[in-house]
Amino acid sequence: MIENKSQKRKNAWIAFLCVLAFLALVFCLDQWIKPTDKLGMLLIVLQKGSVYALAAVSMNLLNGYTGLFSLGHAGFMLLGAYTYAIFTIPDKSRDAVYQYFDAAIRFSIPEKLSQHMGGFGTALGVFIALVLAGLVAALMAWLIGLPVLRLKSDYLAIATLGFAEIIRAVFQWSKLGPITNGSNLLKNFARASKFKLEIAGTKLSLSTFVPVLIATVSITLIVLIVNSTYGRAFKAIRDDEVAAEAMGINLAKHKMIAFVTSSFFAGVAGATLAMVLSIAQANNFKSAMTYEILLMVVLGGIGSITGSVIGSLLFVAASEWWLRGLDSGKFLGIEAPNIFRNGFRLVVFSVIIMIVVLFFREGIMGEKELPDLFRKKKKDPAKEAQS
Amino acid sequence: MSEQKTKLLVEHVTMQFGGVVAVNDLSMEVREGEIVAIIGPNGAGKTTAFNVITGVYAPTNGRVSFDGECVVENYPHGKMKKSYLGANGDMFHEIKEPTPDKLTALGMARTFQNIRLWKSMTVFDNILIAKHMKRSSNLFSAAFRFNSAEEARHRAEVMELLRVVGLEDEKDDLATSLPYGKQRRLEIARALATEPTLLLLDEPAAGMNPQETGDLTQFIAQIRKDFNVTILLIEHHMDLVMDISDRIYVLDFGRLIAHGTPDEIQRNEKVIDAYLGVVEDAED
Ligand SMILES: Nc1ncnc2c1ncn2[C@@H]1O[C@H](COP(=O)(O)OP(=O)(O)O)[C@@H](O)[C@H]1O
Ligand SMILES: [Mg+2]
Repeated sequence: MIENKSQKRKNAWIAFLCVLAFLALVFCLDQWIKPTDKLGMLLIVLQKGSVYALAAVSMNLLNGYTGLFSLGHAGFMLLGAYTYAIFTIPDKSRDAVYQYFDAAIRFSIPEKLSQHMGGFGTALGVFIALVLAGLVAALMAWLIGLPVLRLKSDYLAIATLGFAEIIRAVFQWSKLGPITNGSNLLKNFARASKFKLEIAGTKLSLSTFVPVLIATVSITLIVLIVNSTYGRAFKAIRDDEVAAEAMGINLAKHKMIAFVTSSFFAGVAGATLAMVLSIAQANNFKSAMTYEILLMVVLGGIGSITGSVIGSLLFVAASEWWLRGLDSGKFLGIEAPNIFRNGFRLVVFSVIIMIVVLFFREGIMGEKELPDLFRKKKKDPAKEAQS
Repeated sequence: MSEQKTKLLVEHVTMQFGGVVAVNDLSMEVREGEIVAIIGPNGAGKTTAFNVITGVYAPTNGRVSFDGECVVENYPHGKMKKSYLGANGDMFHEIKEPTPDKLTALGMARTFQNIRLWKSMTVFDNILIAKHMKRSSNLFSAAFRFNSAEEARHRAEVMELLRVVGLEDEKDDLATSLPYGKQRRLEIARALATEPTLLLLDEPAAGMNPQETGDLTQFIAQIRKDFNVTILLIEHHMDLVMDISDRIYVLDFGRLIAHGTPDEIQRNEKVIDAYLGVVEDAED
């Protein structure tokens, strides 16, 4: 929807203030709640939820806004996770991590920078490693896109699905062990649980704040892209490729931009996931992860960034927290260890998702965004025309 | 007229789909500032000719030149070499198949027979997107709004276009919520936003009543003047065609059966047999 300028500016302010308030709240929660508390689950949901929100939004950029169907998200996240992990393992832990191999890459960016700049250097190093993670994923997307994006769009789904499967196998291949540690996991790299800020002797925890901040900044960047002239071109391609091309939009080029950008942020999401989980292992990045993210996008509403964020947070909260009891014998005060046991949660979860998809055809948000909710209901010209 | 420069030159274009020859050895010329019409019965190959000229299809054989430069060329090669059914198969030797956006960048813009507006977008955005090709920003400068001056200029140009085509009041409506006639106007405005020198209109008056067709006739004459464009159009409404065309090409079964001024065409026996007679009957 188009608004006049002042309306647009107002929307931007509303969104900005909401985001700022949310970040402040998360920072406080990080101090108030200990991971061992009863509410400690909330922190985990926020950490994982923000990672998945970023993954879902970056997928939405491609699937929802450009109309390209890629199924390689888990693969790009894997690349991001490994790049981040490899370049942030401190020297002294490296040999312990690469137990069976002689580590080939012996370079920790945060460590190198902290030698010169102290704590700020560590933070900067983590930031650089994150960007590097995104760039590696983006480079891979460019290589895949080069031959595939010229073909009909169905090929992208097939090619990316294949890529995700192959990359997972390649990263576990023992010949590459000196780099990837083979099928063993990577650990001891810069991880969220260690992130602290020390001000005047008091230690402030940043273990939830940092992942949430990374996701927030990345999603903001995606929003800026979507609302730019490039975002409009993506939507034009989605709505009608033939018309877009006739109006001077180079299809191959713009599809490539969307694919590479989406993969960049998938790489950052993968890196942040490793940061949150404290480990990186290729086998965790199965195609099931891609489908989960796709489900979050669909639940939230294809073509709505707010929807993707809400969808992922709800998804993670339900599966990690609210429905946990279904797996462990006790749910809502009912004790029934015979029914509520391992796996039952997934059954209930699937039913809920089916219901949501059936009754909210367009997802929770449809194509609406956060600022739309604060506006008085206006007559929808599309509905008017139909009646 | 004859001193004017050639805007568009189509030479021996043949377009073959499998065993169907949709356009057969078509040659035509459009000169700068002219309004030229292509007429002919349904299925004659008019839209296909447009698609070849604008780069949607690479022709099986033939050449298209724009502003004196060859922009599209092909000859029957590969598998087509054996199955080619058209004429002049040994005339051309180059392969030049640009994507449509390249030709739009050179100054061609078109509308579609079955309106192709972007459905989920407003009238304003539909035109604004056509300005994307005029941008100088890359992804980063656009994302961080370093292009805001350019963006503001484009938005002003879109408003100006909306005023010219009389769609100011509908600018925030969804494009597809407009009545049919206005959707056609919007498509023309969108094409004009790419700042073309040659405008190709595929049945712009389709589905319009005589009143609307009359308005459109004036509108087309006006945009030729105001925007300084050459116009090639496909149309079935004979009053419109005869009223504003400088010259007319008549297609039947993919072949050119006549060309000339409106007067010449109206008197041409072949054209009356193949097409005009049918149109008269249909309009009764
Ligand atoms: N992409 C295509 N594939 C196969 N046949 C086509 C294609 N496009 C057009 N044709 C055929 O070409 C012929 C001419 O069609 P068209 O150019 O649309 O006619 P017109 O615009 O004059 O009504 C028709 O017989 C049509 O079926
Ligand atoms: Mg046609």
